[in-house]
Amino acid sequence: LFRHVFKGGVHPNDCKELTRNAAIKPLKLPEQVVLPLTQHIGPPCKPVVRPGDMVKTGMLIAASEKLISAPIHASVSGKVRAIKKSSHPILGSCDAVIIDSDGRDEKSYLEIDQSAMASRFSPEDIKKRIQTAGIVGMGGAAFPTHVKLSPPAGKPIDTFILNGAECEPYLTCDDRIMQEQAIAILQGMQLLMKAVDAKKGIIAIEDNKQKAIKAMREGLASLQLATCNLQPVTCNLQLRALPTKYPQGGEKQLIKALTNREVPALKLPLDVGCIVDNVQTAFAVYEAVFKNKPLYERVVTVTGNAVDRPSNIIVRIGTPVSFMLEQCGGIKGKLGKIIIGGPMMGMAQYTTDMPVVKGMSGVLALSDHLATHEEAQYCIRCGKCKESCPVNLIPTDIAKASEYGRFDIATMLNAVDCIECGCCSYVCPSHIQLVQLIKHAKRSISCQI
Amino acid sequence: MPDLMRISPSPHIHSGVSVKGVMWAVTFALIPSGVWGVWAFGFRALYLIVASVISCVVTEALILKLRRKPIAINDGSAVLTGLLLAYNVSPDLPIWIICIGAIFAIAVVKQAFGGLGRNIFNPALAGRAFLMASWPVYMVAFKNPRWQIDALTSATPLTNIKHQFGFPSPGYLDLFIGNRGGCIGEVCVAALLLGTAFLVYKKYISLRIALSYIGTVALLSWIFMGDGLFQGDWIFYVLSGGLVLGAFFMATDYVTSPVTKTGKLIFGILCGVLTFAIRKWGGYPEGVCYSILIMNAAVPIIERHTRPRRFGGAA
Repeated sequence: LFRHVFKGGVHPNDCKELTRNAAIKPLKLPEQVVLPLTQHIGPPCKPVVRPGDMVKTGMLIAASEKLISAPIHASVSGKVRAIKKSSHPILGSCDAVIIDSDGRDEKSYLEIDQSAMASRFSPEDIKKRIQTAGIVGMGGAAFPTHVKLSPPAGKPIDTFILNGAECEPYLTCDDRIMQEQAIAILQGMQLLMKAVDAKKGIIAIEDNKQKAIKAMREGLASLQLATCNLQPVTCNLQLRALPTKYPQGGEKQLIKALTNREVPALKLPLDVGCIVDNVQTAFAVYEAVFKNKPLYERVVTVTGNAVDRPSNIIVRIGTPVSFMLEQCGGIKGKLGKIIIGGPMMGMAQYTTDMPVVKGMSGVLALSDHLATHEEAQYCIRCGKCKESCPVNLIPTDIAKASEYGRFDIATMLNAVDCIECGCCSYVCPSHIQLVQLIKHAKRSISCQI
Repeated sequence: MPDLMRISPSPHIHSGVSVKGVMWAVTFALIPSGVWGVWAFGFRALYLIVASVISCVVTEALILKLRRKPIAINDGSAVLTGLLLAYNVSPDLPIWIICIGAIFAIAVVKQAFGGLGRNIFNPALAGRAFLMASWPVYMVAFKNPRWQIDALTSATPLTNIKHQFGFPSPGYLDLFIGNRGGCIGEVCVAALLLGTAFLVYKKYISLRIALSYIGTVALLSWIFMGDGLFQGDWIFYVLSGGLVLGAFFMATDYVTSPVTKTGKLIFGILCGVLTFAIRKWGGYPEGVCYSILIMNAAVPIIERHTRPRRFGGAA
């Protein structure tokens, strides 16, 4: 059997042993949650509550009538204290609804298992429920899921890919949730497939997650034994263990590795008949459709050598990162960096005040000696960046054009193709911030258009 | 909560491979060949190597100081240039000549163009070409290893063939282990291959350039270098002269070779064609140095025409 791989990529030390065997634990409720009005790609939501209002867990607090948007729900029960600008892990700052918890965690919805009635859900029902629950891509991009599930007419989807690659070093939240919630994730996947009428489903997991592969295999077997109400969609699910290589979890790389199709620049997976969703998204879909539960919590990996007790935790959206770190034993030793996300694409933060958002998969605290900074030297044209680039670019040439403000040259060198995975900077022996320079070129090019 | 944290763009981890590491690794890989050279040609060879390295490093430090740049001589690049220059000259060369070559290589070929990474030509080779143009008599006076009877002065095997002196050519084994006259670092093919194996193992060099270069020379020599077509002694032409040193250690120089895969192949093949042409029709018995230098100048145009296929674009 032939095994496709994507070109380029790197093999960093995955450091997943810190939390690989840490079972997911619910985090203590914080006293206050901060719910930014932008937790998705698209325009911000408008609050539908006012300061002083009482809310229950799962209640709608902000929504938008815009197409590309996802509503936001209260993640604790209590009283709305204020709506004001607060720090945001990706945007820097953003308006947010701040809720003081009353500690009772009363739910606003009825949690009943409806999985037995699965066949009653039409694709439209499924999409509607996903939209109402405020589900976004939970692998990091935070694109509203219901929008992804509504491809324009004439673009049929034949393959649904469940993304369990989790190629970023350190992160293990997807690994753990696959080990612990395999059947729920697979049911969520079936719902997603039904929503887009995909005939084929592929579960993609990197081979450094053997336990997750085993759990998902077993889940698959038991699902296929049971008489499922979603026939015939269930019949065509297969699990593929992929050789570990970063950035395997990138949509375009995953599609290339699994189907040998290439998604052209500025196009979407649906242009080649594929949809890719993260395992946590599938889990959230399962909970939203079968249990009525809006997206107000997620699994986050809190890790790094500066964290006292690295853990995988279920945490309410809006919980301050500082609270999360405290609950994991706080910082040990001299802290160097706090990173939201993984070490390859995550963002370094200057504060721990910001809240957990829907797209946040990890918090990484690195100690001082790991947070080193090397002065960039001039490029020696070794070509390692080119070899590592998964989208066939010559990063050093684009970076040079970007440095000199020659965005015309950067455009000609296809800078817009860059997926910002960071492989080039990772391998550069001259320590040039290649991906940063290319991002700069991309922003400047899109401003010109 | 601590109040000071570091901010930097992603990625926050690094492969650990540095310019310095690569340069010293290449230097290390060249040691076996130099050891053979010193053993075969005596301590004079060592003096030349040391003089060349010191001249390069001192020149580099001086110019970096004048340019008010950090004096990054510990990155190993100047040491490497000095080493390669010494490896490319006769063990009988007067010391002062190699010092001038070293100064030219660093000051004119490297630093005048902006220093490490900005030079168009391989500094060591350009330094050698400069010496060849200035003091040709010294540059072509070779000697055999000291244990041979006519150890004083002799012709290299390639000169011997070119000018039909009629000396018997050394056997393949002698050529392979370096039992012949020639430049300090080029004679022992076995030692050079050992160094290359180390660099390939460390993934510091790709063999695309070197193999297409040597392959082209072998093929053309086999076809055209014999009495009739397809009768050339290609093994002799591969093992003689500076081909192995040039192909593995100088044509592969990062700065002065293409980064694209197809570009590397074209670069290697054209180097081979030029080397063959100079050996066959040129005034010099050996053409590795000039071939690589000429191809260095062609790198930008090669790269422009060998850009990788766009991801998701037409095949």
